[in-house]
Amino acid sequence: MAEQEYSLPIPVADEASQEFFDGAKEGRLMLLRCSQCGRHRLPGRERCADCWSTETEWVQASGRGKLYTFGVMHQKYHPAFAGVTPYNFAIVELEEGPRLVTNIVECENDDLRTDMPVEAVFDSVSEETTLIRFRPAS
Amino acid sequence: MDDRELKGATAITGLGVTEQGKVYGHNTAWFAGEAIRLALDDAGLEKADIDGLLVNQGVTPLPGMGGIDLQNHLGLTNLRLLAGMQVGGATAGVMVQYAALAIHHGMANHVVCVFADAPLREGRSGGGAYGGAGGGYVPPGMSGLYTAFGMFGINAQYALAARRHMGMYGTTNDHFGAIAVGQRAWAAMNPAAQQRELITIDDYHASRWVAEPLHLLDCCLISNGGVAVIVSSAERARDMKQPPAYIWGMGQGHPGDLKRAGWDVDTQTGAPIAKERAFQMAGIGVDDIDVCQLYDCYTYTVLVTLEDYGFCPKGEGGPFVADGKLGPGGSLPTNTGGGQLSGFYMWGMTPLAEGVIQTRGQGGERQAEKNDVVLVSGNGGILDHHSTLVLSPQPS
Repeated sequence: MAEQEYSLPIPVADEASQEFFDGAKEGRLMLLRCSQCGRHRLPGRERCADCWSTETEWVQASGRGKLYTFGVMHQKYHPAFAGVTPYNFAIVELEEGPRLVTNIVECENDDLRTDMPVEAVFDSVSEETTLIRFRPAS
Repeated sequence: MDDRELKGATAITGLGVTEQGKVYGHNTAWFAGEAIRLALDDAGLEKADIDGLLVNQGVTPLPGMGGIDLQNHLGLTNLRLLAGMQVGGATAGVMVQYAALAIHHGMANHVVCVFADAPLREGRSGGGAYGGAGGGYVPPGMSGLYTAFGMFGINAQYALAARRHMGMYGTTNDHFGAIAVGQRAWAAMNPAAQQRELITIDDYHASRWVAEPLHLLDCCLISNGGVAVIVSSAERARDMKQPPAYIWGMGQGHPGDLKRAGWDVDTQTGAPIAKERAFQMAGIGVDDIDVCQLYDCYTYTVLVTLEDYGFCPKGEGGPFVADGKLGPGGSLPTNTGGGQLSGFYMWGMTPLAEGVIQTRGQGGERQAEKNDVVLVSGNGGILDHHSTLVLSPQPS
């Protein structure tokens, strides 16, 4: 989508997610990895839910995963989406483990299947923000 | 402690259900007060007999912290037990459990558990009350991604859960539809139900998509109203106005969700954890259950809950319900008041209220033939929180 035509809501980083948003702008999917137990998680929680360590490092994820589940929205909750309804919304399970909310692109809604392999697509929607969507893996 | 000593130690002795649905002109506190007034009248108790109050607030606020100022709205003095409680749709069952434990251990005599909500406003859509787009606001950080990708409301969350089950087990909309059709047939026999016109499987498929794979007829109603129950000791219950609905077993299950690979949170409820203790306490197995009142925010919730109680093997909930066994005349009468799909939506109070009615044998035209063991489930969040109650007209 060309930047000047993008009319859907655009999220911006907060302190906890700054590296995630910055990484996306540069075409990288960034995750937090627990320095103690090595498990990956999305930003937003300071403490590792497994080992309770608060020590973390940012790492680049592969950008590959599988379509864990999806839906197709018909209800018009938000006026900005009126022109694109029905559209899909999805949860992708990344190879590293975390599950990420997204949309699937380059695939008809009727062709979506749970567990299909997908890969990240970096969609620059404003100067500030690049959204990470996914497409069927080639 | 042998938890079998709790079997039949307490009972539900009062039930108050206000008018439900598009009932305008009252606030949430009025509905709560009206439900409590009706429950006291039903139980044959006076206001002064109440020494415990547990409150579950819906999406519209009740007065005070978590609703506890209802005490003063209703002039309930010198209470021995008071709390606002919240585990979503599991709360109704959970309140009854804490009330039963407190009564059994002598902390209170008659405890009122109440839920009320009034999200509907005349001339305005009620859908936004349960997960609209927040007026277009985009929260900063990762939360903003939900808005950016258009994942709005509880409907979207349950669509994801239902789709995962379909993908894993081959569950279909025909299976979901069988649940909707059966419950509407029950609702047709319930004068208190909001939707009483019979539907067919074709009507189900023709109802509009909300969020695929959920049709409109997969989704619960939204209601203004209130429901209250009173819990008392079995000893007191014997001499009260209504046939006691003895509490045989109770349990909770909160599996947790780490939102990553390996967690089947969309196809697993807390029922396996909750039922283990509840069935042990009641001394029953799943085959002993005569009537089910299962939390049904969506048709899918009923299907997955049946699996998790062991009525059928995991993943076979679709074929299990397909023959209409949950509806009138079927082998497993379920949600006999129409449930939340067709009756009214008062969170966990919907299955609990009908559970009490069936246990008492007061179901009229829709009364199940056999009601020795009645199962009531509650479900909060996106299958995150579960409560189990086993009720019976027999003390033991």
